Amino acid sequence: MIGGIDITTLIAMLMVASTPVLLAATGELVAERAGVLNLGVEGMMILGAVGGFAVAVSTQNAYLGFLAGAVCGMVLALLFATLTQIFLSNQVATGLALTLFGLGLSALLGKSYEGMRPPATPRLDFGPLSDIPVLGRILFSHDWVVYLSLVLVALVWGFLRFTRAGLILRAVGENHHAAHALGYRVILVRFAALGFGGACAGLGGAYLSLVRVPQWTEGMTAGAGWIALAIVVFASWRPERVLIGAYLFGGITALQLQLQAAGYAIPVHLLSMAPYIVTIVALVLLSIAHRHGAQAGPASLGKPFHASS
Amino acid sequence: MKRRAFLTSTAALAGVAATGLPAFAQDGPLKVGFIYVGPVGDMGWSYQHDQGRQAIEAEYGDKIQTKFIESVPEGPDAERALTSLALEGHKLIFATSFGFMDSVMNVAAKFPDVKFEHATGYKQSENVATYDARFYQGRAVQGLIAGRMTKSNKIGYIGSFPIPEVIQGINAAYIHAKKANPDVKMSVVWAYSWFDPAKEADAAAALIADGVDVIMQHTDSTAPQAKAQEAGDVITFGQASDMASFAPKPRVTSTIDNWAPYYIERVGAALDGTWTSQATWGGIDSGMVEIGEITDAVPAEVKQEAEALIASISSGDYHPFTGPLKKQGGEAWLAKDEVADDGTLSGMNFYVDGITAEMPK
Repeated sequence: MIGGIDITTLIAMLMVASTPVLLAATGELVAERAGVLNLGVEGMMILGAVGGFAVAVSTQNAYLGFLAGAVCGMVLALLFATLTQIFLSNQVATGLALTLFGLGLSALLGKSYEGMRPPATPRLDFGPLSDIPVLGRILFSHDWVVYLSLVLVALVWGFLRFTRAGLILRAVGENHHAAHALGYRVILVRFAALGFGGACAGLGGAYLSLVRVPQWTEGMTAGAGWIALAIVVFASWRPERVLIGAYLFGGITALQLQLQAAGYAIPVHLLSMAPYIVTIVALVLLSIAHRHGAQAGPASLGKPFHASS
Repeated sequence: MKRRAFLTSTAALAGVAATGLPAFAQDGPLKVGFIYVGPVGDMGWSYQHDQGRQAIEAEYGDKIQTKFIESVPEGPDAERALTSLALEGHKLIFATSFGFMDSVMNVAAKFPDVKFEHATGYKQSENVATYDARFYQGRAVQGLIAGRMTKSNKIGYIGSFPIPEVIQGINAAYIHAKKANPDVKMSVVWAYSWFDPAKEADAAAALIADGVDVIMQHTDSTAPQAKAQEAGDVITFGQASDMASFAPKPRVTSTIDNWAPYYIERVGAALDGTWTSQATWGGIDSGMVEIGEITDAVPAEVKQEAEALIASISSGDYHPFTGPLKKQGGEAWLAKDEVADDGTLSGMNFYVDGITAEMPK
């Protein structure tokens, strides 16, 4: 306890609060590193939230729910991929349309699931490890999705940095004409990246409706997808910074609510602004401190690609 | 050229709408428009307003035609939504959130022959009427139950924005909780949103982590209910809508906003030409505020007390803001047996004595 705030509870809460945004941002990062700007994160998240919820409720199985959430997000992302990569539609406009489409479709599909209760997502059992004071509560008391999201960040980091496939994905994102000339299948790589991004966003959405809230309500993502998009940019397209950004954002959000609950006399307006400001400032400082060469986004980000041009 | 033509025709259309082309007004059904601050599926505030809209459709059938726009953000976008409803020929428009107030006033000035109804606001004009419900009456009942049932003596309140409508509720709840249980302490958390399930859930979680075992909410989603249910031994109250799917626990009772009778009356007045601008503030007695079923999770004697309180408020024998009451900081407000006047209540911007939280400025 520090000043009436229980730090272990705070950290445990922030991990839960940050997971949806972290998942969505990690997925979007991969898509953007492959050179596609998908503004439909919010739409994919909310479709994942409703799809995951519906399947979890009807099968009474949370695992199937998460799987369904990921599939829903992926299906929407592949629709986006088909439109932008094959039919060469404008990425920004298509992404915005995807968000609107996802919001509307989810409201329609979710009508009969309002007010229902999802099956519980069990916490992983680490046996005696969970009983370690402080650390046990922070590290070993979560459900599997929280760990999955962390593993995913590490995997994406390793994939982009050390593997040949990661190198190809980055090449496609930096200069799709060069990658094409070298014989890499730009469109296939982008389909894969977008599909992965959609699955992550859908999983994040499902986590929102199955664990964090837990229920289905129309429009429940309430902007989380946009936050994920912003975090990717401020994190300069690096997975480790996405993790910092998402946890910082979730952490300050949880902290400001706890400070209010504990009755601190800090102006509430400042507290509610804090998550946004602190996250942006921290990530901007981070990219200033590590400015070795170009830290801008992938060079081909958002540009249409056609093999003939 | 095209753009100019578009502008001219739009301006002409606006002019026509502003002067009220009889063809629009007399032929065909009366068009009634609604704007909601959240989705109709929020199961709370906007859901109840939409129930009212459906009630007028059922009542007047093909004499009227309704349309709603949901999830309209408070601010400039509300003005756009209201203008488009007015341009489409809606002659009676309900704007159902406090934050639409200035937008309603601006648009109403441009369309003098369109009648506007603004919920929970305090600005009226020739063609703008306001209506509100005395939610604080329901809060008094909740406060009593909260004070009697809390074991940790800590009750939590999730507020949306620090506006009079919300502050009345906080004060009424606190006064009656304190009366029932002198040791009670209240924490207030502001979400700065009417509808953000994830944030509302986090706010509930933060309160529960702080040791709170009764949660009241003045936000629109059922997320705090779900969070309380998950936590186990925490009770909540349905807000705006009955939220009966969370009964018998955590939701032990609810305050239901029943707008249907008011909407039916006002649409009827618009149809027969007797509509005038007015300010309505209905309570339990008029049925605008309903108290949902008190479940068996509430001990029988507490339930009896609550029912007695409801009866005395409804009959007018008792006003939830009856002196002696002091403002936060000790400044005198109401003398013994003095009752708060509606003017003070509708502009309420202070906490009563005993609340330790600080009012956001």
